[in-house]
Amino acid sequence: MASVLFQAIKSTYLMLYPLNIFNRRHAAPFCTWQYSQIQTKALSEGFQKPNEVQEKSSHSTSRKTPEQILDGFEAIIGIETHVQLSTVTKAFCSCRYLYGSPPNTTICPVCMGLPGTLPVLNSKVVDLAVKLALALNCELSLTSKFDRKQYFYPDLPKGYQISQFDIPIATKGFIELDLPVEFGGGHRRFGITRVHMEEDAGKLLHSETGSYSLVDLNRAGVPLLEVVSEPDMRSGLEAAEYAAELQRLVRYLGVSNGNMQEGSLRCDVNVSVRPSGQSEFGTKVEIKNMNSFSAMSRAIDYEISRQVLLHNQGQSDQIVQETRLWEEGHQKTETMRKKEGLADYRYFPEPDLPEVVLKEEYIENTRQSLPELPEEKRRRYEKMGLNMQDVLFLANDISVASFFDSTLEYGAEAKLAANWIMGDIAAYLKNEHLAIDEVKLTPQELAELIASIKSGTISGKIGKEILFELIAKGGSVKEIIIEKDLVQIVDEGAIEAMVVKVLSENPKQLEQYRGGKTKLQGYFAGQIMEASKGKANPMLLNKILSEKLNSKS
Amino acid sequence: MHFVIQNPRLLLHPRSLPLQFIQSKYPRRCLHGAAAASATLCPPAAPVFAVPPTSEILSIRGSLLSGRRKAAEIAGEYLDRLHKVEPQIRSFLHVSETAMREAEELDRMVAGGKELPPLAGVLVGVKDNICTLDMPSTGGSKILEGYRPAFDATAVRKLREAGAIVLGKTNLDEFGMGSSTEGSGFQVTANPWDLSRVPGGSSGGSAAAVSAKQCVISLGSDTGGSVRQPASFCGVVGMKPTYGRVSRYGLMAYASSLDVIGCFGSSVADAAILLNVISGHDRLDSTSSKQEVPDFAKELVSLNNVDSKPLNGLRVGLIKETIGEGVGIGIVSVVKAAASHLEQLGCELTEISLPSFSLGLPAYYILASSEASSNLSRYDGVRYGNQVPTEELSSLYCNSRGNGFGTEVKMRILMGTYALSAGYYEAYYKRAQQVRTLIQKRFKDAMIDNDILISPAAPSAAYKIGEKTNDPLAMYAGDIMTARAKQNRGIGRLVLLSWLSRTVHRGKAACASSCVPLVQEVVQLVVCAVFALTTCLYGCEMSGRMMVAARLVVNVNLAGLPALVLPCGFVEGGSVGLPVGLQMIAGAFNEDKLFRVGHIFEQTLQNCRFVPPICE
Repeated sequence: MASVLFQAIKSTYLMLYPLNIFNRRHAAPFCTWQYSQIQTKALSEGFQKPNEVQEKSSHSTSRKTPEQILDGFEAIIGIETHVQLSTVTKAFCSCRYLYGSPPNTTICPVCMGLPGTLPVLNSKVVDLAVKLALALNCELSLTSKFDRKQYFYPDLPKGYQISQFDIPIATKGFIELDLPVEFGGGHRRFGITRVHMEEDAGKLLHSETGSYSLVDLNRAGVPLLEVVSEPDMRSGLEAAEYAAELQRLVRYLGVSNGNMQEGSLRCDVNVSVRPSGQSEFGTKVEIKNMNSFSAMSRAIDYEISRQVLLHNQGQSDQIVQETRLWEEGHQKTETMRKKEGLADYRYFPEPDLPEVVLKEEYIENTRQSLPELPEEKRRRYEKMGLNMQDVLFLANDISVASFFDSTLEYGAEAKLAANWIMGDIAAYLKNEHLAIDEVKLTPQELAELIASIKSGTISGKIGKEILFELIAKGGSVKEIIIEKDLVQIVDEGAIEAMVVKVLSENPKQLEQYRGGKTKLQGYFAGQIMEASKGKANPMLLNKILSEKLNSKS
Repeated sequence: MHFVIQNPRLLLHPRSLPLQFIQSKYPRRCLHGAAAASATLCPPAAPVFAVPPTSEILSIRGSLLSGRRKAAEIAGEYLDRLHKVEPQIRSFLHVSETAMREAEELDRMVAGGKELPPLAGVLVGVKDNICTLDMPSTGGSKILEGYRPAFDATAVRKLREAGAIVLGKTNLDEFGMGSSTEGSGFQVTANPWDLSRVPGGSSGGSAAAVSAKQCVISLGSDTGGSVRQPASFCGVVGMKPTYGRVSRYGLMAYASSLDVIGCFGSSVADAAILLNVISGHDRLDSTSSKQEVPDFAKELVSLNNVDSKPLNGLRVGLIKETIGEGVGIGIVSVVKAAASHLEQLGCELTEISLPSFSLGLPAYYILASSEASSNLSRYDGVRYGNQVPTEELSSLYCNSRGNGFGTEVKMRILMGTYALSAGYYEAYYKRAQQVRTLIQKRFKDAMIDNDILISPAAPSAAYKIGEKTNDPLAMYAGDIMTARAKQNRGIGRLVLLSWLSRTVHRGKAACASSCVPLVQEVVQLVVCAVFALTTCLYGCEMSGRMMVAARLVVNVNLAGLPALVLPCGFVEGGSVGLPVGLQMIAGAFNEDKLFRVGHIFEQTLQNCRFVPPICE
């Protein structure tokens, strides 16, 4: 219906002519943060790319630690993150938003900005904003308001964006995180300046020839939370970890899917450098277009080294306030636009919307309903005696963490459960590109499996077999053991019989053993285990085998 | 100068009024002799039969219910008259093609014995800045020429649900910005009382259409007097409800915090019935009120049931500032006469002073133009409306908006863009908001001692077409000169010059950021206007009749209060005199009080028949 109306009005106007001004919002595909690859890449590749600024650079050698790059300078990094909220309907109208819908199919007169339409706030947006603000340890404004941020662009149907300016819903918070062990580890706390609610704009689809552009308003009016950090980060790694923790947080809270590929989490980074010990900040440069945490880390480290180099070459005046784009292909940042004075958005209070008033009781209820957050989880896991690597792995993904927690509730020992989840289960999931809640294994059965091994009912080897069976087909550990007759043989008589049988079937090897080739015990053990179909208790087997081998000599 | 040509109250000593005067009024309507006797008080030009207006809506309902007339017959009669006078009045931008069919449909409904909805068969004119599904809605602007909305405004939807037939879209000053309807992008509407005069504005089309009986009732919108001033000029009843009483959904926003949809009718009862239908909370407008809507028409007692002092004890405050400098002597006399008429009805009349009244105008201009500059941003030619195709985006904006908007609209966009600019926001917008709060408070205080406040609705009667549009620049400049002359303290000449040059620079920036092409004259306008506003804000008196005109009505918008304008007399002008409107202001959501007082006033007003010569 909506799309029909839209086209009926003037479909040809969706075509625009070449656009030269503020070329914003590139929506290139994002990829996710993968610890194993990023940092090495960032340090080895990021600074090897020569360009005109870096011709005389000493960075084009091998790996450098961030300390070496900085060379007497300190980098100051602040991040603005746009989090797209996972509400059913848009912020100010009742349109649904589904990523990937055909252009202009999830729109209505309100989000198209037709004459006479008015915004009506979706209360769910406030719920999610309060949740995230509390999770970020913010102070909430009991009364906040919406403002209009005004500029002209074809993806902005009303000519202004409804946002919050001088009174955001939340201010003065912080986020805590643990840096990965492989990069030296460490606990960090970064300040959060503010969190505010706003609406997203549509998208422009530029034609291949560049002769026209199409406007897709599906995304117009989708609710966003903008989270602005304090300039507390000092390296690409810290910045990327900040963003990753924010992603973890919004996923834990169910505030957003945090998906970078779909643009549900978008980061703009401000970077400046200053000589160590100087109190005032250097000129800041904004970097956009980073499609993954990895790209973020590399882009920032690149930008830091570019600025430090200019300082060292006495050309610090060439660091100007500008927006630079991260070029993934060239692994460097390039000027997008220089800022000629500050853009004047002519903010003023949105007269179509009443103030947002929060009651203490509502805030308290929301606070009580918050789930255990990543930081709390990590501290709890740490107290269980898990090492930081395990802690970070388990707490990284909320579905993994809740699987782990649930396994513990069924009585499993933490370290054993962690080993299973991080080992065979994680490997399987990675190979099959599945999430832990997409396989048939349940926490209850994992706990049962661990218990069965511990009690000696099955061997560890059989345990692995059962695990893969459980992952692929489901079912219970007990049933599989009975069905497949996998109970470990602990009857000494039975094992002895198998030993005797194997020894008698291999007289030649027995003779060699007795001739001094004692290494052959392993061969016999293997034969016997095979005969028992892997069910013989390895300890008993070895004990009886030694006895037999040695007693008859 | 104006003089009072008709108001018997002025000539009657209150105490000499016989007690049975009011009681005898109803029968008098049909007594030839009595009417003739009172006519001796009137100049020869005044109508002889002074019959108080009756509800057209109720009479249509009566005819349909009794089967005396068919809806199609009534619609045909109105359509004939509409087309007959339209070449002279030009109040409609679009006339419905389906009105007759809708009326016939209604007749089938009546024949089928179905219950009649409250506005069955009532022909309504809708101001063209209110969206209608099956008709173009242009807001009087070239930029929306031919634009057809995808939905009905909530008020229009309610009208249709109540059985009303939307007869067409009425003319207005572009997007409601103006007070003469000369600012329409399409045509100039004439005043039915004198075709050489303006009908007022911005809802001039709606007021003229009701006055000339082209339709029964009509919808207008009031941001700074746009319902009340044309009601006064055209001699009809105009109701500006409390802000939030009627949903704004579907009203093309001019100044969102001031805009309200209002009603026109030829009697207080019609305005009350109409308001009843369109009022109420709307989930599509977060600024619409959840306040309960009383049955406004129910309050309107039949005059057979009123005693001699039907308004006994009602405290009425006449605002002193509104009958002073700049307001025509004739107007003042008529309004004073109306006040004494209220006294005779039992009201306790006092003159009250609202010193903050003069602050309202600059505050209004800043708030309205700021919001307008933002609200009109959506008319960019990208999705709908007129587009001027170009090779480059910024010129697409500039040319589409440059061609589409008229001068007045451009000027207000520039003023608003300017007032909201960084560094100026605090000085203009924030200050204006403070003034607004002050005015709201003053009104609230005044409402403690008074039940209603009264004032003229305009400082003059309808003026000549073209009289005030020749050179807006000169008008503004004139105001500045007088403002400057009175100021003298503060800024010295040199400081002033450097301030002006900076202002011109800012003006250019405003042009760029508002995507309105840079025209030197326009920039000058901005500079002048903003300067005028500043001087005003710093406590300087301004002159100029336009300014006074706006001052009478904008304060009510700033305070968000309801106000009723009803014709109360005539001043000289045209062939038979020109009507004058009385403005009654009440506390928020007290429309029922206004209707009750207005109805009694209207029904007891002697010897004034507000039917324009074009209808004779």
